[in-house]
Amino acid sequence: MSLPIAPKPAIRRFHQARWDEPVIFESTTPGERGVLVSQPEPGIRETVGDVLSTLPAGLRREKKAALPEMGQMRVLRHYLRLSQENLGADFNIDVGQGTCTMKYAPKVNEALVGTSKLADLHPLQHTDDVQGILDIIWNLERAVAEISGMHRVSLHTSGGSTAIWTNIAMIRAYHEANGEAETRDEVITTIFSHPSNAATAKAAGYKVITLHPDADGYPDADALRSVIGPRTAAIMITNPEDTGIFNPRVKEWVDLAHSVGALASYDQANANGILGITRARDAGFDVCHFNLHKTFGTPHGSGGPGSGANAVSEALAPFLPGPVIERVDGRYVLDSDRPQSIGKVAPFYGVAPNLVRAYSWILALGPEGIKAVAEIAVLNNNYLMKRILDIPGASAPYAVGRRRIEQVRYSWQELYEETGITSEEIGVRASDFGMHYWTSHHPYVVPQPFTLEPTESYSMAELDEYAAVLAEVAREARETPEVIRSAPHNQTVHHTHHDDLDDPERWAITWRAYQRKYFS
Amino acid sequence: MAGLPAQVLQLTLTSNVHAARTVGLVINPIAGIGGPAGLKGSDGPDIQAVAYSKGSRSRSIDRAVNALSMIAATFPDAHIVTAAGQMGADAVTAAGLTADVVYSSRQPSTGDDTAAAVTAIAAAGASLLLFVGGDGTARDVASKLPVGLPMLGIPAGVKMYSACFAVSASAAGTLATRWIEEPLPVENREVLDVDEQAIRTGRVDPHLFAIVRVPFLAGRTQARKSATLASEAAGVRVAASGAIATMSPGTRYLLGPGGTTMEIARQLGLTKTPLGVDVIRDGHVELADASEQELLNLLTESAGPPARAIVTVIGGQGFLLGRGNQQLSAAVLRALGSDPLCVVATEQKLTALGGRPLLVDTGDRELDTTLSGYIAVTTGVGRTSVYPVHAPENEGAHSCV
Repeated sequence: MSLPIAPKPAIRRFHQARWDEPVIFESTTPGERGVLVSQPEPGIRETVGDVLSTLPAGLRREKKAALPEMGQMRVLRHYLRLSQENLGADFNIDVGQGTCTMKYAPKVNEALVGTSKLADLHPLQHTDDVQGILDIIWNLERAVAEISGMHRVSLHTSGGSTAIWTNIAMIRAYHEANGEAETRDEVITTIFSHPSNAATAKAAGYKVITLHPDADGYPDADALRSVIGPRTAAIMITNPEDTGIFNPRVKEWVDLAHSVGALASYDQANANGILGITRARDAGFDVCHFNLHKTFGTPHGSGGPGSGANAVSEALAPFLPGPVIERVDGRYVLDSDRPQSIGKVAPFYGVAPNLVRAYSWILALGPEGIKAVAEIAVLNNNYLMKRILDIPGASAPYAVGRRRIEQVRYSWQELYEETGITSEEIGVRASDFGMHYWTSHHPYVVPQPFTLEPTESYSMAELDEYAAVLAEVAREARETPEVIRSAPHNQTVHHTHHDDLDDPERWAITWRAYQRKYFS
Repeated sequence: MAGLPAQVLQLTLTSNVHAARTVGLVINPIAGIGGPAGLKGSDGPDIQAVAYSKGSRSRSIDRAVNALSMIAATFPDAHIVTAAGQMGADAVTAAGLTADVVYSSRQPSTGDDTAAAVTAIAAAGASLLLFVGGDGTARDVASKLPVGLPMLGIPAGVKMYSACFAVSASAAGTLATRWIEEPLPVENREVLDVDEQAIRTGRVDPHLFAIVRVPFLAGRTQARKSATLASEAAGVRVAASGAIATMSPGTRYLLGPGGTTMEIARQLGLTKTPLGVDVIRDGHVELADASEQELLNLLTESAGPPARAIVTVIGGQGFLLGRGNQQLSAAVLRALGSDPLCVVATEQKLTALGGRPLLVDTGDRELDTTLSGYIAVTTGVGRTSVYPVHAPENEGAHSCV
């Protein structure tokens, strides 16, 4: 008798599937095909002749492409097996990768982008033939402008860091147009702003000044005052910061920037806690950006392509990347004649499928729904924070005792000092329970860090389950630390060593490079 | 500084791979005994006798057992090279590990025994020297540590100005366990110690005694979301390059002690004394290992060139001035003019302070006040971090008002 079903234990007895699946290039069977393409009929063959000879020599392959040769069923099975060996966003309670905003990406939007109406479009088609997608992009731009309070929006970029680069590129162009490019050579950011703000400013040629938090853990306005001046091109800040702490004096920061002629750039990649609550332009910011894959429900895609939205004030609108979509007599046209534009930052219109998904996400929620997203995300986060801080050994440094917005950077330092178990080891062990867990950006400003962000997607029961897993791992750290040290136990692979990722002679990101570097 | 022991250690900034991964251990059995008794330290038999009479007992052996138990959990068959009895073997046995005893002390043991034990443990092939104690023990260990051999402190002392301690006994145990498993990166850290007699009379004046190599835990498996510096060594190189980028022709630079300032000298093709202040100008060393008086003579010469001091964070408590670089005295700093300091440090070193401010203690309260506030720390080429600087002596004074 297998019925009735035995009750499940409080902590899930997870085990990852292990298929020992070889790399697809090693699964090839010469001659095997997914689809057998019919040969052209004799009349056609004779009429067309040797098609390949009409191609320029530079376009013709000399050897056949070394693609894997596999039947359809075997390809399907291969990728299903690989998917089972993963711990993806749709499998686990994916609150462990804070700052990434791993919210649910609604599957209905996949149906929309899969239709031939979008999938069969080509970006080089004449604008008269693609008025539908231009209408969607135009309306999405208006929606993002409304959400940010900004004047105009560009949806060109295909990722968050490109969007931040676009912010600083527009800032640089603005100062160049005002004849101040030479004198304004400094950009100010904070240690808990996303590191791409410092990185893109550096790449744009600026000296980067990083501010550390004040004694209470908030962004340090006095530190800002000590360095801001006529050499400042911009402040580039995230708010709430990666700690989940909201800068209560953000308006004062923006006013300080403006008082010395600098611009204020707002990294809103993840605006999940402030959607419909605050607007960048209302705080005086000149430029901001969103990641559609963080804030507007499009998939993260495991590294891309994502989508960024850059929103600017009227003063910065001439510098937006181009071409921009304009509406003339009820028709959409592309305007490339914009002498002050920073030019192209991505091909064509941006990542059109993501723009459709984000547009659908916004329309489905409406203004009240979007505000509810932020409210639920903040409520979820502060509920989870209470559950986590109840675990002995866990703490939330900086602004101690204060609430957070949409995420929290926690610390296991107390647990580490007591048991010697590190945050990374806890993360490895958490995977044994089917939970993904991340630490923090480097360098670790918070010791033994972990960053949780529940978003609006997860229920109270799911947050309870995640917290219960961390409590269980913390208990193990004290009582059976050897179990954690030898983890993972329920995973497909044990520890990986990644020194080869730091060495150009050894890294291999394609099959061909792998063959060349290791077997030739 | 001329009379310092000659253990100014190898300053290679790359992590190295050790073939034999044996851990050595030396315990100062009376470390920390003066702390609960309010004696500011435990140096010397007289103080120890007072401490015992006040009912103190050392917890250094308990701490050693705590750390060694972490090793035993992963490597129950591990051998620890150590000294007999309370100086090591007792704790090793209590943790369930095997002690290879290579030194026996007189009873009771002294700092000389610590140094002699270090020599014997190193000769027996240990690749990492764990020690239990405080600054005084760290100094004794460093005095006989062979060039390049890393050491790591299990904190048990009263004085902890040095930067060679793990945050806890368990953390030291974790590091030592990892060390047996695989190579860990090492970085240069300072060993400082004060004259305890001076502390008891109200004067804190710790000196830099050695720069040693200390292993640390680096990120291992995750966090590849952003560009990360491959290692602490890379961070030091970048910070040093940043300081060099700010240097001007003709200006005289007083290069303070520390690993990062050593790297500046290395990149400039100069030889620097690791524990001393060296004066450099236009790619030449004008004066090596200068005393305070020599610096004053140089700076007060008529029509001398502009001059600045380049300093880094010394020790584990965030001191820029007044700990380990006393040659850069208040008088010297005043002679440097209104913008005397260029501070250079890795971002990691700042974040390791956990939000605590940088500290200055020149003994001149007015100067300390001038230096307090915010300072731009050079962390790379065209990269600075603005960080608060406090003067602890002044704050003490304020609290009395």
